[in-house]
Amino acid sequence: MNEKVGVFICHCGRNIASTVDVKKIVQEIVKHPNVVHSEDYKYMCSEIGQKMVKDAIKSKKLTSVVVAACSPSLHEQTFRKACESTGLNQFKCEMANIREQCSWVHDNLEKATDKASRIIRSTVDKVRDNAPLNPIMVSVKKKCLVIGAGIAGIQAALDVANAGIPVTLIEKSPTIGGRMAQLSETFPTLDCAQCILTPKMAEAAHHPNIQLLTLSEVVSINGYVGNFHAKIRVKPSYVDQKACNLCGDCVEVCPVFTLNEFDEDLSARRAIYIPFPQAVPSSYTIDDSTCLGLNPLVCAKCIEVCEARAITVDISEKTIEDDFGAIIVATGYEAYPKENIGEYGYGFLEDVVDSLQFERILSSTGPTGGEIIRPSDNKPVKKIAFIQCAGSRDKNYLNYCSKVCCMYTAKHAILFKHRVPQGEAYIFYIDVRTPGKGYEEFYQRAQTEHNVIYIKSKPNKVYINRKGNPVVAAVDLLTNRKIELEADMVVLATGMAPSIGKGLASELKIPLDENGFVQEVHPKLRPVECATEGIFVCGAIHGPKDISESVAQASATASKAISILSKDMISHEPIIAEVTEELCVGCGLCITACPYGAIKIEENKAKITEVLCTGCGACVSTCPSGAMKVKNFADKTFYEMISEATEVIPQ
Amino acid sequence: MNVQFEPKIVAFLCKWCASAGADLAGVSRLKYPPTLVPMQVLCSSRIDPQFIMDAFEKGADGVLIGGCHTPNDCHYITGNFKAYKRHLMLQKMLEEAGIESRRLRLEWISATEGRKLAQVATEFVEEIQKLGPLKR
Repeated sequence: MNEKVGVFICHCGRNIASTVDVKKIVQEIVKHPNVVHSEDYKYMCSEIGQKMVKDAIKSKKLTSVVVAACSPSLHEQTFRKACESTGLNQFKCEMANIREQCSWVHDNLEKATDKASRIIRSTVDKVRDNAPLNPIMVSVKKKCLVIGAGIAGIQAALDVANAGIPVTLIEKSPTIGGRMAQLSETFPTLDCAQCILTPKMAEAAHHPNIQLLTLSEVVSINGYVGNFHAKIRVKPSYVDQKACNLCGDCVEVCPVFTLNEFDEDLSARRAIYIPFPQAVPSSYTIDDSTCLGLNPLVCAKCIEVCEARAITVDISEKTIEDDFGAIIVATGYEAYPKENIGEYGYGFLEDVVDSLQFERILSSTGPTGGEIIRPSDNKPVKKIAFIQCAGSRDKNYLNYCSKVCCMYTAKHAILFKHRVPQGEAYIFYIDVRTPGKGYEEFYQRAQTEHNVIYIKSKPNKVYINRKGNPVVAAVDLLTNRKIELEADMVVLATGMAPSIGKGLASELKIPLDENGFVQEVHPKLRPVECATEGIFVCGAIHGPKDISESVAQASATASKAISILSKDMISHEPIIAEVTEELCVGCGLCITACPYGAIKIEENKAKITEVLCTGCGACVSTCPSGAMKVKNFADKTFYEMISEATEVIPQ
Repeated sequence: MNVQFEPKIVAFLCKWCASAGADLAGVSRLKYPPTLVPMQVLCSSRIDPQFIMDAFEKGADGVLIGGCHTPNDCHYITGNFKAYKRHLMLQKMLEEAGIESRRLRLEWISATEGRKLAQVATEFVEEIQKLGPLKR
């Protein structure tokens, strides 16, 4: 087809015109092949400027438009919409960036004009090769998958479900609630964590739009936004949730004792157990890794004693499959293991506990019933030392700040003083960081009302002295004096480490950052979206954050998910790869190049799943037979553009 | 050394990082030599080795590739690694073709690194000026 290209050059006031000779380019560009029209105007993006473009499209019957002005990130949409309004396909309009990448960075009029001319000519070459494209429309499966049922996952699931959209909420442990269920009280209000969490857990469990799957993990995820296909492995709990009446007889007779992970190994549980009384679903679970044997059945004491006949052992795990339009990732965090920190005893010192263990000690439902006694000899604690940044902000362990430790340590110290008013609490800190509503006041209260002593220091060692007490060895950085503080117990403010398997991340095709947290698309403007469209992230798996931030972020992901799930069809960018079948030899190199799994070989030819392709072009430059092409980014176009950039102009 | 020598440099910049960085250099009014002509690609992994050879054949004295920082900045997950591998291969190819491998430069420039883009552009132009015009 005989292309008729119109070139519209913007002065941008004097922003472009002061360093680029716009008039000269307007005169010369019409000599370029296919250019039939050129114009300039002071502000092309204004209503008048846009009208000039529209009028010229109609009067000169233009088939392509180049607007030479600012960066396409600013006004590409403006001009594409203007073109569409005249009936010209939006992809037949391209912008030549002669402001940010030319006039603003150069002084020399002659040279800047030459460069601007090259940029414009190469854009003309591109736009005349562009094909008119229409967005690819795909149907949406109106169902949301939420992975992880801590406070973030629960909140996200409730928000989506309340919008009338079905949700499948999956959790790998026997109960939902996550880390928050383990906490005693929460800063800065000192609300009891379970009191504010358990109503939400119950709401999620009974919500008509939420399907709750505990003991479940994602096996695989395929598909694309609007149409993800998930395989989920559901392990049996061996106890019928409906039949179980929570009498607890089974626990009494179970002969197996093992460490209780809900109490962070500070207490024991049986092989048949309920993590905590308010667990949801409200039922017992047999831990088949510690039970004496289910297949063949070895002990069967629990089955014999169960009057409700709720226990069945001859069931195995099942895999369920379902389709989802959007996925929310909320897998949370793990406390950084104190076993990794050599200077604080590698986890071998019994009376050096980590933050989650201390939460359990503080909790009225914890191993000590809320009494502050130390693990080694059950002696009441009178003097306690807290070490902040245990693992965090340390290049040997976690490079980053875990954000919540300053606040929860202040909370720990205040709660300790509530229980032991005559006790002494010392906090070793590097810096105290309290950004948050009411946070600074809370920290001040620890010092003024509760006489918590803050010592600026990073302790170099914790050891046990002859009396059997832990001693913190440090240097007070404000007085430059050596300190050896003997305490009854030491609490390490261990940081937050991400809790997502490499396997899950690669199934979801979402990148992780250098610390293993999920990487968002843009830290400021797209903070809950993942690189794969239709997948969103909230809570501590995105980075260290506290409960209020996790809840806010969860609601943000829900609103993002709803914006997809409330539509019947969604559009997909049409700039994608295509295969020239005559050239394809079916070698499959493109499959290894594609980061999205969008290519498969069918009948010895590459085939592209259009909605998975993002148009990056990795397959094109890999294909040895030249069969791959990204629409509107053909090799031929690039060769023409390179010619414009390198051409020697006769003087 | 011929001080008048104005090298021709083609800069392939990825849309998400390096080109956005070049936009930032503009917004910050950071100056660099005008002899470098930018060309936007969606991803640095789209840059076919043939493009580089073609640019040198057509008269470029230097080629700059700007992509997203490794390991995690790439908008297309792993495109930057592919560009990196190709760069290693291209350097060998160029030397075999009698072209100094320094004439091809790969840089990771994020959308926030306008200053780095201007600095890399300036240094690269100076380096190519020192090398002189590519003899064909």
